[in-house]
Amino acid sequence: MFEQFFFYIFATVAIVSAICVISVRNPVHSAVFLIVCLLQVAAIFVLLRSPFLAAAQVFIYVGAVMVLFLFAVMVLDMGKAHWKEHLHGQSAPAAVLAGILFILLGYMALKGRMTAPLGTYNEAALVKNTEVVGRALFTKYIFPFEVVSVILLLALVGAIALVMREKRP
Amino acid sequence: MTLTHYLILSFILFGIGVAGVLVRRNVIVVLMSLELIFNSVNISLAAFSYYLQSLNGTVFVILSITVAAAEVAIGLAILVAVYRTRKAVNVDELDEMKG
Repeated sequence: MFEQFFFYIFATVAIVSAICVISVRNPVHSAVFLIVCLLQVAAIFVLLRSPFLAAAQVFIYVGAVMVLFLFAVMVLDMGKAHWKEHLHGQSAPAAVLAGILFILLGYMALKGRMTAPLGTYNEAALVKNTEVVGRALFTKYIFPFEVVSVILLLALVGAIALVMREKRP
Repeated sequence: MTLTHYLILSFILFGIGVAGVLVRRNVIVVLMSLELIFNSVNISLAAFSYYLQSLNGTVFVILSITVAAAEVAIGLAILVAVYRTRKAVNVDELDEMKG
């Protein structure tokens, strides 16, 4: 009962702030609304008994990614001239397409019947989420984990190489 | 609370993200909409993981958060590099590579 109440609060705030992200003009306001939305998603992870995911969401998305976005807005120097973007002629077909996708996905989410065998973790094991996830990550999923670490290294080097200006002698 | 609640929330966020990618012209807002899409997929993966009592979904969410962080870093670096040479931030001004 309580869970449902909180789920509806978080879901409503997340959806409203997501709509604000794509509808406000100022990119900085968009970033702030995106922070609100990502925090609500972290709260929903808590409702799904994944506190580790919620913490990672707050650290990585709200902490790192959004700072990166705000830095990019600052570097790109979007003055007020850029706020008045004209929504081009493509926007009507785009809205229709998004509407069709929305209806289709909604139909599938409402009507879809999914059956799959339940896994080995019961409720008690899922509550000790961080420990179980860490063990799985370092044993069964060690290869994807290493691949992802290489991807992070590549992203680091690539981002620095892309933005660096070569010094003219 | 059922799985359907979380799936419906996920699809609503996904639809909003797709609408943002299609409608907006500002590249940064397009990237933010991509983040919305990533998050909706993460919600549905975590929901499946909880309701199927399996951890695969949770591990996938961790990996996808990491990949999303890498993607944002590279994407914004490309944006800054493009802005330095072209002084353009709207997606329809950056159409030199069309076929």
